[in-house]
Order: sequence, then structure tokens, then C-alpha cells
Amino acid sequence: MSFLPFAVAAWLFLAGLYGIVSSRSLIRAILSLTVVQSATYVVLLGVGYSKGGQAPIFADIPQTSKAVDPVVQVLVLTDVVIEATVTAMLLALAVQAHKRFGSLDPQDLRALQD
Amino acid sequence: MVLFGVAAVGFGVVLVYGLSGLPAFGHYHGVYGKVINGIGVTERHATDLVTALNFDIRGFDTLGEEFILFGSVLGVVLILRQMRGEHDRPRQHEADEHTFAGASEALRALSLAVIPAILAIGIYIVVHGQLTPGGGFQGGVILAAGPLVVFLAGRYLRMRIVAPHTLVEIGEAAGALGYALVGLSGLVLAGVFFKNFLPLGIAGHLLSGGQMDLASAAVGLEVSGAFLVAFGEFLDQAMVVSGSPRS
Amino acid sequence: MTILQIAALAAVAVGGGAVVAARDPLRQTLVLSIYGMALTMLFFVFQAPDVALSEIVVSTVGLPVMILLALRKVHQHQRQRERDRTQDES
Repeated sequence: MSFLPFAVAAWLFLAGLYGIVSSRSLIRAILSLTVVQSATYVVLLGVGYSKGGQAPIFADIPQTSKAVDPVVQVLVLTDVVIEATVTAMLLALAVQAHKRFGSLDPQDLRALQD
Repeated sequence: MVLFGVAAVGFGVVLVYGLSGLPAFGHYHGVYGKVINGIGVTERHATDLVTALNFDIRGFDTLGEEFILFGSVLGVVLILRQMRGEHDRPRQHEADEHTFAGASEALRALSLAVIPAILAIGIYIVVHGQLTPGGGFQGGVILAAGPLVVFLAGRYLRMRIVAPHTLVEIGEAAGALGYALVGLSGLVLAGVFFKNFLPLGIAGHLLSGGQMDLASAAVGLEVSGAFLVAFGEFLDQAMVVSGSPRS
Repeated sequence: MTILQIAALAAVAVGGGAVVAARDPLRQTLVLSIYGMALTMLFFVFQAPDVALSEIVVSTVGLPVMILLALRKVHQHQRQRERDRTQDES
């Protein structure tokens, strides 16, 4: 039972990879990439959690109370916002590819190259 | 697909084996986190340790991440630049601007009234980063959602007036520059890049944490500018640009 | 592990599968919004309120807007190409 977060993260990673490989539209592949990214968030936060710990915000709890790890939260926090802009850049690439080649299918894009 | 299936099974086995080597969920072994939790409040005079780590103790990492954001929005602007063969559609008159079914004048008036509330919440979250959950990144995204409400109520051209091209680009660049300047001021005034150079204040009060407020504001400005630039580019593509690029 | 954590993990697992299995990109965007809310719940239950704050705004407002605008542009361009093609043929 205590392996559950990591099992869920592994499932998300593999499901997202399957989505990227098997999608026939670039935009579907980009959305499956979002699922893969969220697998890393779950792993990081799962590593930092400690049983009975509270959020690392000591505004109203005494300083010596048990808290979860704040360092992994910093990593995931900036990651969430930045992956959104990276996804925006990938979407821009997909729009340009459609304008240039007329289709969003990865197979068609390859065929037009040679 | 068969190749992927085989590779995925192999990768999945290695992944699960690797993840099972981690300490069990709930038994946290790291030392750094416990040390920060123990001394963070008295060291940095800030009650929200996540923001303290983000902008003060590990401020250098945030500089790198912020420039990733800047670079990817730069990529969006470059990729969607106007190519030969594309032109802007003739500017629509205000009266036949895109109207969604059911969009009445009340909706449009309400959207303009909601913007100050969203901006107030966004600025509150940016400024109170070192006291409660919040900070530059969260508040910046909330601030970017403000002008978007105008677009959602059906008036795209008005959104362009509320958040014009030049202004948001200058805002984003100013935010990035501001954050780098905070780091450089640490170098100039305290001898170490990104060392806290302002007086630390009392934990729990608004002006505590030294440079965290400044850094938070700079990052908030940059993140909101970045998202507004990206929204603007996509809006231009969907509403204004037409034609096919000639290679 | 509390019941809330187990429920949130189950919701995230189901949501991730739903995002991958959705048929067309429009439906997938809506499922992605709901998946973002499930992730927010998970982050909150893992005692990470800062992360939950940023995830909720990004996945309900930031990302779907850009995806929907990109989809609209692609549809518009598709219709334009078909119109040009029928014009060339006639």
C-alpha cells in the first residue's frame, strides 16, 4: 500500500507514452505529454511526504511541528508553470506544421519529407 | 506498435524496480528538508518556507527556470511570426465583433467588473508569498487570467486594448530583468550573488524576508507578461491572421 | 496513508487514462481540465498548497485556452484549404 503513489506515477508515465506513440494527431500527442509530465510531479511529491507531516508553512503551527519536505515542492511548483509555456511552444509548432503541410498526422508529415 | 509494446514492458519493469528502491511512502529520509524546516523561520524570517527556498535560499535555480519560461515564450513568438503569403484580415468593426450565442451586454459589463477582483487577488498572492502559500509564479498566472476574461465575454478587440502587444512584452522583459537585477544587487551590496541584502524584518509581518518581495514581484510580472504574450499570439492566429504561407 | 490520499491517487490514475483514451482533441481538452483538478486535489492532500495553487490556475485557465485557440486555427485553415481546392477544381 505504501508503494501506491509510485505505482500510480509509473502507470501515468507508461499511459502517457502510449498516448504519444499511438496518436494520429499532433495535438493529441502534446496532451499525452502533459500526462507524462504529471507523473514526475507525483513521484517528486511522493518522495517528499512524511507521515503525519503538515505543509511547510509555519504561520500558525509551532515551529517544531513535523512538516513535509519543502525542497521538492519548490521543484514541482516552478515546473508546473514552465511546462505550460513549453506546451504552448509545442502547440505553436503544431499550428505551423499544419499550415505548412496541411495535416496534423505525424505519418503524413514524414511522407512529405522525401 | 509491437516494438513499442516490447519496449514499454521492458521500461516498465526497470521503472518499477527503480521506484521500489525508494524509501517507502511516508518515511522521509532526506536531511536537507529537515534542516530547512527546523531553522528556516529563524534564519530567513519568513513563514512560508517554499517561497523562502524559491527566492532566497535557492534563488539561483529560480533564475534559470525563469529564463526557460522567457525562452519558450520567445519561441512561441518566433514560430508564429507572419510569413510571406499571410495577411491580417480587415479589421472588424466593433458592432459585428465575434459574439457568442447568449452573450448579452450584461455579460460584457460583468466581465469588465471582474477584472479588478482578479487583479486584486493576483497582487495579494504575489505580495504575500513569504507569509502564506503564494509567490511570484502562482500570482503571475492569476494576473494573466485577468485580461483573458474580456476575451471570454466575446470582445477580442477590447482585450487587445486592455493588454496591448508592446505593453505586455515590455512588462515581461522588465520582470526578467528585475529578477536578474535583484541577484546582482546581492552581488554588489552583500558580496554574494543572490544573497539577501535587505533587512530581514520580523517573521509574520508583510515586509519580512528581505528581498523576497522584490523577487516575487519581478517573477510575477514576468510570468503574467509571458502568459499574456502567449495568449495574444494564439489569439492573433485564430482571429486575425489568414492565408497560407508560401515557402 | 489516509483514505483521502488513496481516493485522490485513484482519481488521478483514472483521469490520466481518460486523457490518453479520449477520441478527438476537443474532448481531450475538457478531460485535461478535470484531470488538472484531480491533480490539484492530490497535491493538496500531499500537504503542498503552493503547488496546488499553481496547478489549479494553469490547468483550468492557462492551458485549455491555448489548446482551444490552436484547434480553432487548425480547423479554420482546414476549411480554407478545402475551399481553395474546390475552387481550383471547378
